[in-house]
Amino acid sequence: MCLGIPGQIQAISDAAHHLAIVDINGLRRPVNISCIVDGDQALEEYVGAWVLVHVGFALNRLDPEEAAATLALLDQLDLAEGTADAIR
Amino acid sequence: MQYVDEFRDPQRARALLQAIDRLASQIHQDRPGPLKIMEICGGHTHTIFKFGLERLLPATVELVHGPGCPVCIMPRGRMDDAIALAQQPSVILASFGDAMRVPGRRLTLLEARAQGADIRLVYSPLDALSLAQAHPDRRVVFLALGFETTAPGTALTLLQAQDQGIGNFFILSNHVLVLPALEALLSNPDLHLDGFIGPGHVSVVTGTQSYQVIPGRYGKPMVISGFEPLDILQSVWMVLKQLAEGRCQVENQYSRLVQSQGNQIAQQAMAAVFERRHSFEWRGLGAIPASGLKLQSSLAAYDAEVQFDLPGNLVADHRACACGDILRGVKKPWDCRVFGTACTPETPLGACMVSSEGACAAYYRYGRLAQITSDP
Repeated sequence: MCLGIPGQIQAISDAAHHLAIVDINGLRRPVNISCIVDGDQALEEYVGAWVLVHVGFALNRLDPEEAAATLALLDQLDLAEGTADAIR
Repeated sequence: MQYVDEFRDPQRARALLQAIDRLASQIHQDRPGPLKIMEICGGHTHTIFKFGLERLLPATVELVHGPGCPVCIMPRGRMDDAIALAQQPSVILASFGDAMRVPGRRLTLLEARAQGADIRLVYSPLDALSLAQAHPDRRVVFLALGFETTAPGTALTLLQAQDQGIGNFFILSNHVLVLPALEALLSNPDLHLDGFIGPGHVSVVTGTQSYQVIPGRYGKPMVISGFEPLDILQSVWMVLKQLAEGRCQVENQYSRLVQSQGNQIAQQAMAAVFERRHSFEWRGLGAIPASGLKLQSSLAAYDAEVQFDLPGNLVADHRACACGDILRGVKKPWDCRVFGTACTPETPLGACMVSSEGACAAYYRYGRLAQITSDP
């Protein structure tokens, strides 16, 4: 029910209603981006951003740096555990 | 798929499992039973079974499945209200697909639709609003359910209806809140847990600060987790690390999406539309104070509970169901005598079997029909 899927904003389709076209694993659908819109920024600047989509709403922007940091931490763990050399 | 595939990488999973194994045996030395970690969210339960994570974890770590499936906790009386609404000729009831097979006292929405009720499946509350615009001669009721993840969408849709002056759109709110349910669980003396895997997508909205009460008042570590297999394994590892190091705090594994203060726009939309009910009845768990959301009285014109006559009956859970004990994590699905026999995903008796996020549906779908006592 709380299923959320990452997608990338492709275009703004209806600025008045904060609707954007979001590519979700190849599927393009309209998504309401009200929850991530900061009044000072032009909507076009959100094109290219990754967002979490839930029931037709973008609930937050996905932070690529934090995602990379999580994976880097796991890679460090991999080295520390010595599983990398044993299997590769 | 970006931000999904890399969080399913087997190599990283092996490293995590090795680290978990070592920590678990270190902590487990002076304990009688397995370490019990509850994943609150039904989405986590689904991932755990889809990827077989519980079979990969050491026997010293047991995952206990929590009540975080808003479909599973819909009491029969609330479903009867939705069905009664749908049976009114002027009404189109719009519902998420998940709720269609949840049993009421006599019928499901799917069966009511077969008997002629106009029930439409929607993906988003905005689709329900579009239905209202397309059918100005009908009254469109959106069966709203879900936790804090879903409630902002309902709130923003209602604000848009108000803004556009759409008068034939109504909300039947069954939105519920995670924290009151957790506190109700934690006050149950039957349940012995060592830590929690916290709900990632609820926390995108609420932030992490509100969970401080879990370590603070109840002394349990909590790690807010994403939904991919590596997210869950990393969260288990982080809970174990807290236990091993004698720490007890709220930590955030899902930092790519969750911030400590949450999404304030979503919170403001919820605050503008909803207020807490005095109490809400959860299937299997009973009445929990201040755990449900209803529309504010200033929005009564949109509130299906105000605008329509609803039966509003309390209907007890099916006698044969062990849903309550399963939602509380006290029993496993195979402990229920109707699991997989009278109660299957095709003909569910209890709601835990309906939603793909229910513990029973996950056990059934992924073949965990009986307890495996020893691995080959």
